[in-house]
Amino acid sequence: MPYTAELKQLIKRVEATRPERFERKKRGEEFPLLSLKERQERLEKFHPDYKAGARTEIRVGPSKGYAIQPEMVNLLEARSRIDPDKIDLSKVDFDTDVLILGGGGAGTAAALMAQECGVRVMIATKLRHGDANTMMAEGGIQAATKETKDSPYYHYLDVLGGGHFKNDPELVHTLVTGAPKVIAWLESLGCMFTKNEDGRLRTLHGGGTCRKRMHYAADITGAEIMRTLRDEARNRPDIKVLEFMPAVELILNEHGHCGGAVLYNLETEEYFIAKAKAVILATGGSGRLHYQGFMTTNHYGATGDGVVLGYRAGLPVCFLHTYQYHPTGIVFPEQSEGILITEKFRGAGANVLNIEGEQFVNEREPRDVESACFIRECVETGKGVPTGSGKVGIWLDSPLIEMLMGKGAVKREFPGKYILLKRFGIDISKEPMLVYPTVHYQNGGLEYNSRCETAIPGLYSSGEVSGGVHGENRLMGNSLLDVCVFGKIAGMSAADYVKEKARDGKLSLDHVRRYHKELEEAGIVTDRVAPMLLPDYSNPKVRERQLTAH
Amino acid sequence: MEGKTKEKEELVPIFIMGKRYEVPASFTIQKAMEYAGYQLIRGCGCRGGICGACGTVYRFPGSYKIEVGLACQTVVQPNMYLTQIPFFPATKSVYDMEKIKPSIETLVKNYPELLRCLQCNTCTKSCPMDIEVMDYIAAGMRGDIARLAELSFDCVMCGLCTSRCPAEICQYNIAILGRRLYGKYIAPRAEHLASMVGEIESGKFDSMLKELMKADEETLKTLYTAREMEPEQADEDWTPKDKTYL
Repeated sequence: MPYTAELKQLIKRVEATRPERFERKKRGEEFPLLSLKERQERLEKFHPDYKAGARTEIRVGPSKGYAIQPEMVNLLEARSRIDPDKIDLSKVDFDTDVLILGGGGAGTAAALMAQECGVRVMIATKLRHGDANTMMAEGGIQAATKETKDSPYYHYLDVLGGGHFKNDPELVHTLVTGAPKVIAWLESLGCMFTKNEDGRLRTLHGGGTCRKRMHYAADITGAEIMRTLRDEARNRPDIKVLEFMPAVELILNEHGHCGGAVLYNLETEEYFIAKAKAVILATGGSGRLHYQGFMTTNHYGATGDGVVLGYRAGLPVCFLHTYQYHPTGIVFPEQSEGILITEKFRGAGANVLNIEGEQFVNEREPRDVESACFIRECVETGKGVPTGSGKVGIWLDSPLIEMLMGKGAVKREFPGKYILLKRFGIDISKEPMLVYPTVHYQNGGLEYNSRCETAIPGLYSSGEVSGGVHGENRLMGNSLLDVCVFGKIAGMSAADYVKEKARDGKLSLDHVRRYHKELEEAGIVTDRVAPMLLPDYSNPKVRERQLTAH
Repeated sequence: MEGKTKEKEELVPIFIMGKRYEVPASFTIQKAMEYAGYQLIRGCGCRGGICGACGTVYRFPGSYKIEVGLACQTVVQPNMYLTQIPFFPATKSVYDMEKIKPSIETLVKNYPELLRCLQCNTCTKSCPMDIEVMDYIAAGMRGDIARLAELSFDCVMCGLCTSRCPAEICQYNIAILGRRLYGKYIAPRAEHLASMVGEIESGKFDSMLKELMKADEETLKTLYTAREMEPEQADEDWTPKDKTYL
């Protein structure tokens, strides 16, 4: 659906201010950045996390009393999908050394490294191998690779500032010092990063970075990384992959170590026992919970399964009190609503504008601050752009990139988004995009350390399911980095554990029984089950006619 | 949120695998199937046009033409007959990236069927991403791996090309082999990576990072606020004034 006549009229105001904004950019004059104090004020007043009722205390489990999003609390205060008494743990269907739950970036990187360490590896994943938020990451991957202007020192500072200085220092240290090595690893696997003719990697700014260190592969960096890692895994047939087989419960053993998982065949609805000497949780985030009713950029399978599994088995959670809202999700056309518009547009210079075509915030504030400022402009100032279907948005002025970087730059640098919106009759090299904040990233998750170890021996965590490295707000380009750095570490740590420490023992689901008991003792009577596995977008009228329990 | 519809939205008939449903006119095929009552397991992935899970073919009554699209990106049209092709059996050659060379021999050895291309252009017409599939296959047949990589870069590996190829070529797997060969062997190396990795491994940044890890929040805030910002419009050779921490 092309822009309506009303929106086309409003675009004229954007066009009217563009020449002057272009001149200012050329002169190096930017819209002033907010101070740390101003940032905090904007967040407290307008960020969805800070809204009254946005957080509820968890009433059971290892982080009892911790207040987080009610949508996630609902999943944690739910029963298992299985009755432990009906599961025969003596009948083992799959036996492996390292079982990896999740086939996204972290899980696949872990599989490659564990396989290189010479142990047996199996990936069990909910949808297809590679169906994950990694595939959807667009803008880039951060790494301080240019020694004449950048170093891990500055990367560290940026990560901390973005995370409100609450990040786990060890994890951040591991992230920023591992970053250049990961880029070199990806290059050696054949990732097609965007480069200059001399091979020097091109880099851009992201929100909250002091140096341009965002490496990218056009605007499909995550897809390029994911398809390369997946192809590499497929070149190693001893990495077994079970698709459409999500885990619904972890299995512990009599020593309290992790000993496998209960898997569920989504198509045949059978349950299977997978026994393993070590398990890696790499199940990703939870945007499909649609926190506070917001639209999401996330993958269909992003339902927070791993947090539920780990928590029930006894792992505490951290930083789940903040969720990342990406400032620029598509709000028009409605068919594409929620789809991510990469921050790279702003890194390349596209201003954000209100209905008057005026700037109201620098386009490169950290994501949480940028989102809060968008919401403020729409809700308090009342200068949002009405989409015509009851929603409001903010202009993202992509045509300015054509002026800054030359004609054809938008199509060249952003081929994915160019094609996507072209299908709807919107040419983003000539017309700005209409955007609004959208649920994007689970900042927090299961507690783990820089070796990806958790409180349970034999259980490892990596990627978006984990919490700590990004503090209260992740910066752009650090999630692809996170899945590569910590995915690799998880694979190596788990393989070491298998070789040196793993103890075989009788398998048990007693932790599930205990959890059920704890729910009952807390007075939580519910028929909710978790993990959710898939979001329900079916038609309520159809649901009413589906009378058979399923 | 997904699947929600406005009051009194206009409904249009579509035929999902031949069965008639009435769905809101503004919906994508994906949302229309959910509206019709499907809980998608196969044929649904990123819902954003990049993962290739939801390749769909459709046709209109009276028309000879087979149309294609990604279900998450294609808006329904009245009377379309559609089916998803969430999976299509494909050949995937197993190779060791360290041992192969960026040459036509590598392509042909791994995918001999590459040379069976009839140049019928059905693959290009079947591509929901508007990629010139036949042209990149032709580039592969000439051994022009750089061109193959460039032309196929936006491929989402949905498999629709493969499903329709009369020569039984698996285009998208040839494409990723070509792109990986290009990325690893043909594109100029990023030399600056090795030097930075070397500097990190030599321990050059250890003490300054340790300082940051021990610093209290106030010190960190001061350092953070004082960071020298690389100007957005700066050239590649920009350097900061303070080089203490480089």
